[in-house]
Amino acid sequence: MATSFTLNGKPQTVDVSPDMPLLWVLRDTLNMTGTKFGCGMALCGACTVHINGEPTRSCITPISSVSGKKVTTIEGLAADENHLHPVQVAWMEEDVPQCGYCQSGQIMSAVALLSKKPAPTDADIDDAMSGNICRCGTYQRIRKAIHRAAAMQSGKARSAA
Amino acid sequence: MTEVKNLSRRDLFKSVMGLSGGLLLGVYLPGFSRLRKSAPSEKSSVFAPNAFMHVGSNDSVTLVLGKTELGQGVHTSLPMLIAEELEVDLDKIRLEVAPVAPPYFHPFFGMQMTGGSTSVMTSWEPLRRAGAVARTILLTAAAETWRIDPSSCHAKHGVVTGQSPQQRITYGQLVEKASHMTTPKDVKLKEPRDFTLIGRPTRRLDNREKVDGRAQFGIDVRPPGMFTAVIARSAIFGGKVKSCNADKAKAVAGVKAVVEIGNGVAVVADGFWPAVQARKLLEVTWEDGSLAQFDTSAQQTQFAELATRPGLVAKEEGMVAAGFGSAAKKVEAAYELPYLAHATMEPLNCVADVRSDECEIWVGTQFQTLDRNAAASAAGLAPERVTLHTMPAGGGFGRRGVPDGHFVREAVQVSKAVRAPVKVIWTREDDIQGGYYRPAYYHALQAGLDSAGSPSAWSHRIVGQSVLSDSPFESRYVKNGIDVDSVGGAVELPYEIPNLFVDVHTTRDGPRVWAWRSVGSSHNAFVVESFVDELAHAAGKDPYEYRHSLLAKQPRYRAVLELAAERAGWSRKRADGHGLGIAIHRFSSIVAQVAEVSAGVNGEFRVHRVVCAVDCGTVINPESVRAQMEGGIVFGLSAALYGEITLKNGRVQQSNFHDYPLLRIDRMPAVEVHMVPGTAPPSGIGEAGVPPIAPAVTNAIFAASGKRIRRLPIRGSGSGSLNDISPISA
Repeated sequence: MATSFTLNGKPQTVDVSPDMPLLWVLRDTLNMTGTKFGCGMALCGACTVHINGEPTRSCITPISSVSGKKVTTIEGLAADENHLHPVQVAWMEEDVPQCGYCQSGQIMSAVALLSKKPAPTDADIDDAMSGNICRCGTYQRIRKAIHRAAAMQSGKARSAA
Repeated sequence: MTEVKNLSRRDLFKSVMGLSGGLLLGVYLPGFSRLRKSAPSEKSSVFAPNAFMHVGSNDSVTLVLGKTELGQGVHTSLPMLIAEELEVDLDKIRLEVAPVAPPYFHPFFGMQMTGGSTSVMTSWEPLRRAGAVARTILLTAAAETWRIDPSSCHAKHGVVTGQSPQQRITYGQLVEKASHMTTPKDVKLKEPRDFTLIGRPTRRLDNREKVDGRAQFGIDVRPPGMFTAVIARSAIFGGKVKSCNADKAKAVAGVKAVVEIGNGVAVVADGFWPAVQARKLLEVTWEDGSLAQFDTSAQQTQFAELATRPGLVAKEEGMVAAGFGSAAKKVEAAYELPYLAHATMEPLNCVADVRSDECEIWVGTQFQTLDRNAAASAAGLAPERVTLHTMPAGGGFGRRGVPDGHFVREAVQVSKAVRAPVKVIWTREDDIQGGYYRPAYYHALQAGLDSAGSPSAWSHRIVGQSVLSDSPFESRYVKNGIDVDSVGGAVELPYEIPNLFVDVHTTRDGPRVWAWRSVGSSHNAFVVESFVDELAHAAGKDPYEYRHSLLAKQPRYRAVLELAAERAGWSRKRADGHGLGIAIHRFSSIVAQVAEVSAGVNGEFRVHRVVCAVDCGTVINPESVRAQMEGGIVFGLSAALYGEITLKNGRVQQSNFHDYPLLRIDRMPAVEVHMVPGTAPPSGIGEAGVPPIAPAVTNAIFAASGKRIRRLPIRGSGSGSLNDISPISA
């Protein structure tokens, strides 16, 4: 069955079983492997993408439910090769990744948080990020990087005003 | 035929990985080194003085790394070692992953592997030397070009300069000449005071592709024509397939084949989703095998009973009976620890492509040589017909370096059966229930204290399965029936204890066990550091002062202990309900940790802060040391707070992160890491942060609440009033 949606700003149609989770459509059908498989039960957050701006666990999201919606993945965050998203920049500056496997999902959750709360408190970060597991234990750096990205974005907002 | 296929693979990876033009840092190109050799036009323009680097006439500098990047940072620290001596900038190099070949073999173990926190330690001298040899040749080539003495030439940033401003030549321009020069027998390594990279906080070289989604792990590899498979395995360890009806599974759209392999039934499909859906429809009858009745609660009873009887003596020092006889006070305690799963974020996976006369493997592995050999035996080929591409791994912790190469072997069996490239993916449930656990243990300890409260005798009995038996490490590490790992961290106590006795019962029944980040120290450090704490309290001494006095002859330990205590403000009064706990342990590097915990009246508690001090000798990358300590603390906290694999009727009762929980950000304590400056050769940091955290936390719980935790995880602690103790998010 064909399902059409917007993927990273571009129209996309796939012809797959309607119950196939978005994660496997991305990875197996579209060969976009930045979104990761971790648990298959929405327990770890490695597969987090945005659907209409909302952070969503793609491993339990049937492709049929995505019809007509806007999907953003880690591959769609950066404006281009030379302009990473501020959250990605902050991640590099705080030297967050270790194995890196969970970081696509962490970054997608963090971007969604900052779009709603441009200056999140530690409690906001706990709320928004506790669905994402990092087995390497980079949480402290994730927290710092989110605060750093928030500061970068507010600086940008000020200079634009 | 082979060459054509290889070229198409190369093109595939080019497009998949976005490799184009000059993007170079940290792009991993599996199989690339082989392809270079097949391009004769490049031969004359590359200077390859040894197996660890090559310099191109276009000024490219490529470092070849024989260690797997598992998150521990070796693809940053090892390049720092080479670049320090080669005099090139880290942002100008490219990294290439080594093939399986002798130059990259582990000097202790004679095979290619990444483990035991040994990568930097064993590379420290050879990689700097390799860089120095290359730099010396390039310098000499420049000096000969200018007909001046090499001692008046300098190398920096990939450029050699001579005596005049005109005498300036890049490494690339020297490639042709350097390629024909002889390798110097002796080179001089830099003095530490001249280091420009070693010791400098350096961000990871692989950050970029790990934040933009381009990083390619094993699970992301996709050779042309590849299928995806999941495997139904016996729920009981050692079980075998008796019969299988696959009719319903085969009817699922996208399923290509169902094949029986040695220990299970593989469903092969055009993607993960149809494969995993079809696996649910398999009707397999299993032959359960000898562990069908295995039960961890019965095992605990059996372990406790065994601990009442003498075991095999692992250590006997001084006059233990006399030490107990003269004691003014006797202290006893027993500790229990469960089986633990590694739970790497990237589930196990392997891509295999078995062809008629060769085989190609893509896998995030810690054991290249053994996995290649396992693939060869499963494929029925000679090992040299197997090409293994080491992929960056989404965590290892020991799970990706297994003696039997089972997850590679399976993939080869499936690929061979369906005559196509196949990626076998383990689901999270497969992983949690798949064995190779940290063993469960029971420990019984006794100590005698003299009239001053110092230990006059110490006796420690360990009961549990052996990790290293039936592995390539057995002949080296299992002596007279005693696995050195079982007693690791228990027999070489740093404390001054005159009469020391350790014995061990090695049990046989149970799931396959294997190395888990910090191996023997993962249980023995908890036991030893808990018991020392109990002795301090029994002696009426401060736990820090008690350790400090017992470490009088251990200046390095003392310095680490002092640094941790000082930075934690050990002597400062804490609020009611708050307590500090301290622990120190050496796993390659010496690490002390002070945990601050608050505990409520109902047994709830929270870890607020951990201050960590480490002596790892010469620090290569302080950023990496900090990251590994932070990560080790989180890894150890997950185990201490929640980690437990139990079996009932031979079946593992946990399956995913809801019942095998890991620490999340809302429970993350503030972690500080402090390094003792050192000039000794570097020691390992990948595991050293794990062992002290459990006892630091349980000792802190005792300080805060008076409750002594002798069984992990804390959550499930069944002793006395601790039944309901549980972490809270307050």
